[in-house]
Amino acid sequence: MEANTGTSPDAPALARNTADRVRGFLNSYGLILVLLVLPVVYGIQDLKNDGNLAHLAQNLFAGLSNGTIIALIAIGYTLVYGIIELINFAHGDVFMIGSFTASQFWSGALGIGLATSTFGIAGGILASLIVAMLVCGVLNVLIEKVAYKPLRNAPKLAPLITAVGMSFILQNVGLLWIGGSPASVDDLIHAQQEVTTILGVHVQRADLLAFAVTIPLVIAMITFITTTRLGKAMRATAQDPEAARLMGINVDTTISATFFIGGLMAGAAGLVYALYETTIWYFQGFQGGLLAFTAAVMGGIGNLRGAVIGGLIIGCIQQISDNRIDPAWTPAVVFLYLILIMVFRPQGLFGEETREAG
Amino acid sequence: MNALRTMADDFRARVPPWGGKALAAALIVFAILLPFSINQAGTLMNNCVLSMAFIVMGLGLNTVVGFAGLLDLGYVAFFALGAYTAGWFSSGFYADANVHVGVSKYLNALPGVHLNWLIVVVIAAIICAIAGILIGLPTLRLRGDYIAIVTLAFGEIVRVFAINGDAIHLFGKNYPLTAGRQGITPVDQLDLPFLEPFNQLNLRPWYWTALVLMLIVLLMNIRIRDSRLGRAWIAIREDEVAAASMGVPLVKTKLQSYATGAAFGGMSGAFLAAYLNTVNADQFQFGFSIYILAIIILGGLGSIWGVVAGAIALTFINYYFIPEVFNDLPSKFGLNFNLVDINYLIYGFLLLMMMVLRPEGLIPERRRKLELTEGIGVEDSQLGTQGL
Repeated sequence: MEANTGTSPDAPALARNTADRVRGFLNSYGLILVLLVLPVVYGIQDLKNDGNLAHLAQNLFAGLSNGTIIALIAIGYTLVYGIIELINFAHGDVFMIGSFTASQFWSGALGIGLATSTFGIAGGILASLIVAMLVCGVLNVLIEKVAYKPLRNAPKLAPLITAVGMSFILQNVGLLWIGGSPASVDDLIHAQQEVTTILGVHVQRADLLAFAVTIPLVIAMITFITTTRLGKAMRATAQDPEAARLMGINVDTTISATFFIGGLMAGAAGLVYALYETTIWYFQGFQGGLLAFTAAVMGGIGNLRGAVIGGLIIGCIQQISDNRIDPAWTPAVVFLYLILIMVFRPQGLFGEETREAG
Repeated sequence: MNALRTMADDFRARVPPWGGKALAAALIVFAILLPFSINQAGTLMNNCVLSMAFIVMGLGLNTVVGFAGLLDLGYVAFFALGAYTAGWFSSGFYADANVHVGVSKYLNALPGVHLNWLIVVVIAAIICAIAGILIGLPTLRLRGDYIAIVTLAFGEIVRVFAINGDAIHLFGKNYPLTAGRQGITPVDQLDLPFLEPFNQLNLRPWYWTALVLMLIVLLMNIRIRDSRLGRAWIAIREDEVAAASMGVPLVKTKLQSYATGAAFGGMSGAFLAAYLNTVNADQFQFGFSIYILAIIILGGLGSIWGVVAGAIALTFINYYFIPEVFNDLPSKFGLNFNLVDINYLIYGFLLLMMMVLRPEGLIPERRRKLELTEGIGVEDSQLGTQGL
């Protein structure tokens, strides 16, 4: 910007103008450019080495199916942020509890194992899905009542700190429940088994499960929020809680409902994760939660569709990094993206729908 | 509770104005003389040394979170950088290099980079201050809760580098960045002018060094808090917009807070690396940031004496009461785990309870207390009317 050495008196103004234009361009397209770096680099590399893009397509497909889990968690972050402007730090750990509940429910309460018939497994998974979702929904509502509601008028720092505290409490509950090391889950759906191959992309059973659970849930939830009375109340409260209260909306109930829905999604994500990865451990919520938060910010926090798309994008980044760079570096890659988003476009890809943004 | 508070206020009113200073002087004398009465290499001694190192850390985080109101969840990054500075510049880690500055005959004979700890601690403070500014830069435009996440992300990135750093060779094959999970060990023991080199059999010199370090940092903290800079931090914490319109330069002031806080963390990290005699990637987990955060929440955000009390309390809880006194408590109730396994549950619970019940901490800072308790306990019907 200041590197202008021109002799003409108009030159500084011109340079400033160019700088402004560059900055404007970066603000609008910088994030998209940054996002395209990984796929483009590896796409070119693939074309050079294999002559086709099958490898990259495989990465992206696996990333999308992996990203559905992140998207489900991200919805919880974005809903809660939209309505009370708080990062529900404990949300990732609610997702972890969802995984634990689901796997313990089908192996413990239902006694489903690898020997159970296909029909039994399908029914068991469906039942576990409902149980995990309800448990996480109720848990999330309780967290709000205990940790956030008493501090609703305190400075923002306070509920953020209780959220961190809550996250640690849940993590240790998980630690006591399953133990300190990752535990394996019965591979009920034969996750790695290939179903079909389209254009060189291998579709596995786990991918189908992820899409089969996520797509209906997301559609149902978006329909709920856009059409029902409670959904409308949620949107109204998110815009202006005071006005919503004056219009006769019960703000407390609405907030509880928001936490409940976020918890439902986290529970579903937990079940898919357990079947998809076939291992669960108490620390999965920390990592998953941070990925999902990054996704929510990337989409524009408060923005539901943004959270879903952000989740899918983060899934792809994670997958490419796992597959091409090194799984050990994946957290650093994802966090680097988080920081880049924060620097270049804190309002996310699709813009925020929160009070502070407006 | 209220009766208790009135009693405390009453008591405070009766103490003469010089009472605080007299108490501080008495405490310092007590702290100097304490090692003579306890075992020179015992658990208690070890906990006292650790307490003081954590007081320094806590004071550093307190300048960022307590004074300037910027929630930093990645403070472990500065512990890591400080510790690695000690690892790089005062150990046999880079055995190919032969650099010796101001060290004893014994260390002079060893291969590796060996600088005197006094130099190392200064380098650590400088490196961390620069890192603090670098971490602070992207957060400047962000609002409070995003700052927490970005700093957390930086902390995690530093940890990933610490774990995988053994594969990074910036300056040639024999110069890896870190030693990963194996750790850089041994780290040079302290070797101060006019004193015998330190060893792990007698912790008294360590204790006094930590005490001096802590007193210096404590004094700096008090002086900075009451200076123009400290008042600017507090103004930003209370109302950023108002502070800016009163002429407080936000960018500069915030960056100064990050740099100061980070430098203290680095000094403590350099001390801990030498004291613990290892620099290991597994030391730098997110939980450590929360541990330090719990220290300042317990003591009272923004309260210097609160940090001192909080650090001593939590260090003894963490390194003495949990592992040694109450460890088998759950098994007495027929539960099959040790208390050590769930120490983070205790911190989590502590954070939660403190924030809900007594957000101003054990030894509150007056102004902070007003800020934190204002608005709590309002009638339910008023909820949401104050900007939720």
